[in-house]
Amino acid sequence: MEWTPIWLSLKLAAITTVILVIIGIPMAYWLSRRSSVFKVIVEALLTMPLVLPPSVLGFYLLISFSPNSVPGHWLLQHFNVSLVFSFEGLVVASVIYSLPFMISPVKSALVHLPDSLAEASYTMGKSKMETFYKVLLPNIKSSLYTAAVLTFAHTLGEFGVVLMIGGKLEGVTKVASIAIYDAVDNNKYAEANQYSLVLFAITFIIVILVFIFNRNAARGPLE
Amino acid sequence: MISIKIDKQIKTYRGKRNLVVEAIIEKGSVTKIYGPSGSGKTTFLKIIAGLIMPDRGLIKVENEVWLDTAGKVNLKPQQRKAGFVFQDYALFPNMTVMEHLLYATSDTVLIDRLLKIGKMETFVQHRPKHLSGGQQQRLAILRALAMRPEVLLMDEAFSALDDELSASLIMDLKLLLKEFNTTTLIVSHHARETAGFAEGSLKIDLD
Repeated sequence: MEWTPIWLSLKLAAITTVILVIIGIPMAYWLSRRSSVFKVIVEALLTMPLVLPPSVLGFYLLISFSPNSVPGHWLLQHFNVSLVFSFEGLVVASVIYSLPFMISPVKSALVHLPDSLAEASYTMGKSKMETFYKVLLPNIKSSLYTAAVLTFAHTLGEFGVVLMIGGKLEGVTKVASIAIYDAVDNNKYAEANQYSLVLFAITFIIVILVFIFNRNAARGPLE
Repeated sequence: MISIKIDKQIKTYRGKRNLVVEAIIEKGSVTKIYGPSGSGKTTFLKIIAGLIMPDRGLIKVENEVWLDTAGKVNLKPQQRKAGFVFQDYALFPNMTVMEHLLYATSDTVLIDRLLKIGKMETFVQHRPKHLSGGQQQRLAILRALAMRPEVLLMDEAFSALDDELSASLIMDLKLLLKEFNTTTLIVSHHARETAGFAEGSLKIDLD
């Protein structure tokens, strides 16, 4: 068994998780504030990867990233970057695909915090930013961990989108899930089994972590 | 002197009704706010704190205009220096008693005084979940006072305190409020809670 696909999967999941922590938390905060029709539409779009078949999402991303498309052509011309069949493309696709796994738990936790927490902070002269970092975020810590771990696990298990965007280039886009498919396709069941066992072990640890982070989440903040 | 004139439409189970309040409150005084349940008492306090916007209104504290809808003046809650004791206490679960007070002020001498007044000296490292209901309520009051507010807004602030503790706290609070020249508005359902504390009263009801 080659370890490169496992390493690629872990690298892809880690980079995607870091990017989604950075962009997902502010987005979740924005969505958790007062609702509007615009926000409903944005949230619906962000949630689409949850229900859309991965091949559909992968197909649209493939078309969008292709050098023949306007965004793909622009990226190639100005930054000499092609997102099709590249690791960078996998990262962009994974960020889009795993976005709801970061946003939903964080948004839900923020919505369930009593408004009075932020209000009390404002009356003490604290800005929205300071309130967010010192009061709101520390009180949704378990949801933040859960969101990050779920995002990581979800990216690790990606198949359809990755196959459409990245194909199976050795050492570049052939992640563990693709390696399993490839091994089965070539009748190498022992190899497929080894990859599967490693992914199973990693995912099992991740699920245990989610349960540990969530063991107190159902309680109220003052209980 | 604080002059308040506000008008806000509120949705109730009996349809849309108007919260209309017009009052002049003496600076440094303690006023009890009373009225039936659902009459808009908490909304009234939140309007003064800048947490809720009325449809029309003018709030003037001494010579400073906090709100003037006609003149498009609306100071943010951060600019109003209004301490707020919330009905649910709104304590921060991630902070200890000391961290709550340090979040509100860096004046450690005042913090020591407040801890003594609230009889909380031995609980400084406790988080809210390890405090009793009465201790949580006292912390909420001390935190609101720590910023030396110009106006102190208290929503059912003594409801979880026993008579003895409430009486001793009220005595110390009165001295502190006088020293800070803080104007206090306290929402209460029970005359017993504000006896010896409030000097005037203001009835709130929906039109």
